[in-house]
This record gives sequence, C-alpha cells and structure tokens, in this order.
Amino acid sequence: MEDILEVLENNARVSLKDLAKLTGKKEKEVEKEIKKLEKKGVIVKYKALINKNLIKDGKAVYSLIEVKVSPQKDVGFDYIAERIYRFPEVKNCYLLSGTYDLLLTVEGKDINTVAKFVAEKLAPLAEVKSTVSHFMLKKYKEDGVILKMPRENKRLSITY
Amino acid sequence: MDKFVAKHIKDLAPSGIREFFDLVLEAKDVVSLGVGEPDFVTPWSIREKALSSLEQGYTSYTSNKGMYRLRLEIAHFLKKHYSLNYDPDEEILVTAGVSQGLDLAVRAIVNSKDRVLLVYPCYVSYPAVVNLAGGKVVEYYTSEKEGFKIVPSKLKEIIKRYNPKAMILNYPSNPTGVSYTRAELEEIRRVVMKGGIIVLSDEIYDLITYGYKHTPFPGLKRTKQKTIYLGGFSKGYAMTGFRIGFACGNRQVIKEMTKINAYVMICPSITSQLAAIEALNSQKEVNAMVREYTRRRNYIVGELNSLGFKTFLPEGAFYCFSSIKHTGLSSVEFAKELLKKDRVAVVPGSAFGKRYNDFVRVSFASPFDDLKEAVRRIRNFI
Repeated sequence: MEDILEVLENNARVSLKDLAKLTGKKEKEVEKEIKKLEKKGVIVKYKALINKNLIKDGKAVYSLIEVKVSPQKDVGFDYIAERIYRFPEVKNCYLLSGTYDLLLTVEGKDINTVAKFVAEKLAPLAEVKSTVSHFMLKKYKEDGVILKMPRENKRLSITY
Repeated sequence: MDKFVAKHIKDLAPSGIREFFDLVLEAKDVVSLGVGEPDFVTPWSIREKALSSLEQGYTSYTSNKGMYRLRLEIAHFLKKHYSLNYDPDEEILVTAGVSQGLDLAVRAIVNSKDRVLLVYPCYVSYPAVVNLAGGKVVEYYTSEKEGFKIVPSKLKEIIKRYNPKAMILNYPSNPTGVSYTRAELEEIRRVVMKGGIIVLSDEIYDLITYGYKHTPFPGLKRTKQKTIYLGGFSKGYAMTGFRIGFACGNRQVIKEMTKINAYVMICPSITSQLAAIEALNSQKEVNAMVREYTRRRNYIVGELNSLGFKTFLPEGAFYCFSSIKHTGLSSVEFAKELLKKDRVAVVPGSAFGKRYNDFVRVSFASPFDDLKEAVRRIRNFI
C-alpha cells in the first residue's frame, strides 16, 4: 500500500498496468487497493503541480494572510475557519499556535483582486479581528518540488 | 613515444569494448541502461555538509588512515548494522572508494606471480588490479545454469588445483546482481578457510539489497582476520564522485595498506571524508532510494523476460544480466546494433569475462520514464 502511495505521490498519472509492474502486484489488486485508498480519503485527489510563472498571461498573485479571529462558544475555531476556507480564493487554510490564529494562502489574478477579497469578504466577517497580508515575491519550492527547470543529466552515459 | 611506456602496462589487456563505449558517448538521443552509478544526486544533507566544511576552512590533509572521527563512525555503523567489531585505530583505513581500497589490498598482499582467484563475471578492474601488482589471475567462471552463483564444490576444486593466495569476492555483484544468504556464505566460508586463502570482499552494494539483509563476509565465524572487507559510500549513498570508501581487516595488512597509501595518495579528500560522516546518518534517504530501485527492478525484469531476454531477478545492486542468446548475436554486436538502430545503450557481457558473450548488463539506475522508453525501443528493435 505504501508502495502504491509513494509512486502516486510522485506521479499521479502512472497507469494501472505500470503501477502493477512496479509493485509486483496484479493489476486488479492495485486497482482495488487504490479504490480503497480513495474511499477512505487517504488519496484525496489527483492534481498537476503547475509552475504558473512559466505560463504566458497565466501569472497569478499569491498572498499569505495572517488572520486573528474570535473563537466561538462550543465550536471553537472550526466554525469561522469553515466560513473562511469555503471561499474559492482561499487555497490553503491552517490553524496555528502563536500570535495569530489562521494562516491562509489566497490566489488571485492580480494584487487588486486579492486586496478586494480581503477588504470586502474576509475582513468584514464579524469574528475576524484583524488581518495581515504578505504578497509572495517568488516561489522556490512547493509540495516538496523545487520549481526550476530540470537540470541536465550529469552522468556519463556508459560506465562499468 | 611507445618506447617510454612500461612493458607491463602495454601488456595490460585494454578493455575490449572501449570502442563501443566511445560510440555510446558520441551518440545523441540515447536512452542509457549502461550506467554503473545511481541516477540520484547525493542527498542534500551530505552535499550541504561538504559545502559548509569548505566554508569552515577544512582544506588540509588528514591522517593517512583517514580522519579518526570518520573511522570511529564507520566502526559504529558496522557494529550497529552488522555486529562487526573493528578497532578504528588499527583495523580501518579510509580509501578513495573501493577501487583504491582493492588496489591497496592487492598490492599489500600479492607477491610477483602469486595467484588471485576471481569469480567471473566480475567487475572489469579486478583482473587489471591483480596484473598491475604482478599477480596471476585464477579464473572461476560461474554459469547461467547455476544462477551465476559460486558452487562450493567447484570452488573447492579450483582452490585445490591452483592454490591461490587470495580471492576477490563481490556480492551483491556487478554485473549480475547476485548475492548470497548467510547459509550459502557459510558453505563458501568453509571452502575458503580450508584453502587457507585471504578474501578481499568487495561489498560496495551492501545497502542496495531487495527484501533481505546483507551478510558481510567478515561477519561469519573466524573470517575476520582472513578478510579484507571493502565498503564505501558510492552506491548506497549516491556519492560516486566523492570517491570515498573504507577497508577493514587484519591490523597487519591494514598497516601495510596504510603505508602504501601514505606514499601514493596521502589521504582521500577531506571534503569527502566529512561528507561521509554525514552520510552515515542518512539512512532514511538510502532507504527511499532502495525502495525506488526495488520498483524499477520489478518493472525491468518483468519486461525483459516478456521480451524474450531471460533475466534473473537481481537480489542486490542495480543490474540485471540478461541472456541474448536467442538473437544469435555476440554481446558486442547486439549492443552495437541496439545502439545504432534504436538508441539504447547496454554493456556487453564480454566486458565482464570472456565466457559471457551471450549476455548484456542492463542497469536500472535510471528514472522510470527512461526505463519505459528503453523498453519501448527494445521492443521495436526485436
């Protein structure tokens, strides 16, 4: 099972047939295990990691937003967190210890879009006490992947 | 200029397939399954250690034995992983890879015309190193029928007939991926000990094993004093370019090896020695690489067999030794044709011994996509 996950985590597009060959299992078996992992929610979704900096006109603006909120009786932070993470602009949402409560990453097509989201949707929420926005200047690494063009092979092509 | 070249060097057999290697190195758009080193780059923590050691000004010579701290860490590692006991003061020598360790061991042991037993197919440098030291090679050819494994009764016969002084053992093996269980090694040990010979055990692939734990030769009963154990960082830790390894064994032999080292090499690079200390704490990265090799092995062995190239499942290292007998081509012809027509490189079996003309070595130290493309091209070729 770990084997399947390790392969998929690096390449979600690998075919069932190849996955079976790589793990030394039958195709049917692999299919069944993947179904099980999906059903259990271990595999949440399959996505491509895209370096948007390389797409013409595809450049997006990312912002990290620190949010201080007032927790509510009985439901703590979960209620306000949900109200916030349901906005499609919010790509990630974490509850943290420390000087603020929620950390969001928000994506928009330009600074104005993000600023508008903060000013008109996020800040006006009753439980939100304050926000601090940091605009991202450059992404070096994301989800364990270094966002650089792959380097050429440095090995000699044949050795003993 | 010919007259200036020493005769014994001129007589040293050139690698018969140099010409083929040149073809591969010149060719474009080649998918190579001919590489004898990991495709992984050295784990970052190890590289970072090398960088910071330079920043801190570690640029000097070290002891001829290698840095004490590294020898101590090696001793700890061998104790922890294999229950081997080596004294870092007198029984461990740090070398520039197993290649140098082997050369030192052979030079320290072999008198002119002394016989050294080699188990074929073997890594190309073994016969050359023996010849350079003035020794004579005794050839023991394992066969495909016997899974390229040493058969103790045959080994016994050869030792009896030729009375060699030393034997070079290598497992997991380059080029076959063959290794041995403790029980199999025990049988080999009995034969070797009875024959009164010293074993130079090249175990550079010890960390790359599939589904079983490696047993070092000096971990067997009463073998420690009669074995020079050669290990290194190149393969398991993907550190080939660092050139760093170690030799452990009988203190008298290690002392003599250190003496030679002091005259010809002084010591391996201090940067590499410091990086090696860090490497010994990088088992997590090693395990991840081994899991990846395991999957590639499953894939490539299955594909080669289904394409008609009979291939054993390697027990260690990252090579398969596949039969090409049914093609009717010699191993060099096959490799040349495959390179020319479909741009896949493999190493002809004849490089590893004259009786292996029906085999090619296929390395799976390449990313899965490359293996897949190579399989596609080989399918096209046949």
